[in-house]
Amino acid sequence: MSSKTDHPALATVFVRDEARTKWHDEALWFVRTKRDRAAAAVPEWETLRTTAEQIKAHVVANLAELLERFEQNAAARGIQVHWASDGEEHNRIVLEILKKHNVRHVVKSKSMLTEECHLNPYLEANDISVVDTDLGERIVQLRGESPSHIVLPAIHIKKEEVGETFHEHLGTDAGASDPQYLTEAARQHLREQFMKADAGITGVNFAIAETGGFVVCTNEGNADLGVSLPGLHIACMGLEKMIPRYQDLAVFTRLLARSATGQPITTYTSHFHGPRENGELHIVIVDNGRTDLRSDENFRRSLSCIRCGACMNTCPVYRRSGGHSYQSTVPGPIGSILAPARDAHQFHTLPFACSLCGSCTDVCPVKIDLHHELLTWRREIARRNALPRSKKWGMRLASAVLRRPWLYRLAGSMARIFLRWTPRWILYSKLNTWGRQRDLPVPPAKSFRQMYRERQKRS
Amino acid sequence: MNDSRSQILNSLRHRLPQSAPLPTMDESWIQFPDPIAQFRDSVVAVGGQTETCKAADLADTVGRLTVFDESKRIVSTVDGIAGNVDLQQVADPHDLEDVHLAIALGQFGVAENGAVWIDDHSLRHRVVLFIPQHVILVIPSRDVVHNMHEAYRRIDFAENHFGVFISGPSKTADIEQSLVIGAHGARSMHVVLVD
Ligand code: SF4
Repeated sequence: MSSKTDHPALATVFVRDEARTKWHDEALWFVRTKRDRAAAAVPEWETLRTTAEQIKAHVVANLAELLERFEQNAAARGIQVHWASDGEEHNRIVLEILKKHNVRHVVKSKSMLTEECHLNPYLEANDISVVDTDLGERIVQLRGESPSHIVLPAIHIKKEEVGETFHEHLGTDAGASDPQYLTEAARQHLREQFMKADAGITGVNFAIAETGGFVVCTNEGNADLGVSLPGLHIACMGLEKMIPRYQDLAVFTRLLARSATGQPITTYTSHFHGPRENGELHIVIVDNGRTDLRSDENFRRSLSCIRCGACMNTCPVYRRSGGHSYQSTVPGPIGSILAPARDAHQFHTLPFACSLCGSCTDVCPVKIDLHHELLTWRREIARRNALPRSKKWGMRLASAVLRRPWLYRLAGSMARIFLRWTPRWILYSKLNTWGRQRDLPVPPAKSFRQMYRERQKRS
Repeated sequence: MNDSRSQILNSLRHRLPQSAPLPTMDESWIQFPDPIAQFRDSVVAVGGQTETCKAADLADTVGRLTVFDESKRIVSTVDGIAGNVDLQQVADPHDLEDVHLAIALGQFGVAENGAVWIDDHSLRHRVVLFIPQHVILVIPSRDVVHNMHEAYRRIDFAENHFGVFISGPSKTADIEQSLVIGAHGARSMHVVLVD
């Protein structure tokens, strides 16, 4: 992606369809309320969050030792461990393994990492077909789109649109839009794919240093089907997925699904500790910017993310602008921290796609200080000169006024008069982008200072 | 390849952020007055069904289930319940595609979320948990733990290559958040608790 991501512009396109925006907003809020109910049912919820936060802080601090320990233990179990500095190297390693086994068809279960590395187009360019097997991911794949959410990849698509896509690609009845019927059609179609696959690729939710194994969580069972039929399983993981002890899994499995969808645990929580009979098991550990992120004191904590998606579901901006308006693999609050860490110029608008309400920080199961980091990013982007001119001037002006009390008082009284008497067509002209979808409040007749002074006099 | 390894590990050793000690996890995690009842409720909440019976009645209890009655090809790894597909005779897991029902022995259940832990020790082909249309898991009812912390304390990872917590039947809500049971894996999940 060479052009810069313009979140406000893309969001404007999204909100033009008011009914759809409302539908999208409500669908995500529904998931958020399920999360709330699930969290409230666990009396020790806050203890769990704090414990998870501490474990992850320990992990980020001790990554080198943990990764080495993991590698040693995994190798002892017959798992082959590979290391990739970036997405390109990751893709090359995966291709090499596949080629060695003459693989033509791959089934893949949800993995944000392989999205991040653009593995699918790379393999397809090398004559290997890749089928995404998570239902939501298959829908977006057939439509030639990318996921708009990390847990609910097709949350932006209506069932009628899924019906059209399936009619075209899977031969379902024209006009059919019943989720039950469409899911059944996908089940039949994907079974064929599972049966003919030569290899299965999965992501990793947690990798355990102490045992050398790893855990994959799904609701559909697609990861398990995908790797228990063919003999070759390749698991791809970002290096931050490490946890020290298998006991830590108790904390994370309790938090993950409750935070994501309000379920008490995912349907299948699979623990891989070695290859199948006559099979091979590979794991590719990927850096791709993560070590840099770790050395950055301001944003280091974002490495703790377990990709539950709760911060997206609760975010008022995400809910009303859609995942695609972020143009990054991980959208929403956490994506708006991770993306600029990768490329501050391309993603300079994302930290501003935030009202600083702090709701993301409240729901995050590993207690990442999301809205603080977003605020820090704004400063950082200004410092790096990545701000557009209109914003820069506005901020300079504001800072000049705020530094001089007399000027602030003058500006206040002028604003109260100006807002009252200026005609709407001037007030809501093109220059005021803020006023495009909003009305400015009616200003009070007196300032707070004036009222306070009068009150003091009276008493 | 080795270059990337040392490069990654070296840059992780640099500029170490302050280390935090690992929490001990000796908290008082959730306990239920009646964990077996809670387990049953949890299984139903995640879309599954439960049965309870005496050891002597196990075969009858399973035999009475409609899924058993309607299934043609059945894999059973539970003593006393007869299947008609012998896993030891199956070399290629693909040959299990048309198995309707699998009946397997789980190790224990978890009250807080209705999950059953099962490893591939006795299974040979782990796909047998995922490919059949229906799955019945049998566990001793005394082996229900309260929460995931107790659950992990019971697992010995040195002993197994593959193990899974299964909580209810396969499901998805990827089309407009409508819950559909039977995504890729089992369309139904029974847990039989044996007293
Ligand atoms: S930042 Fe927190 S809330 Fe957001 S996806 Fe990651 S773990 Fe979940």
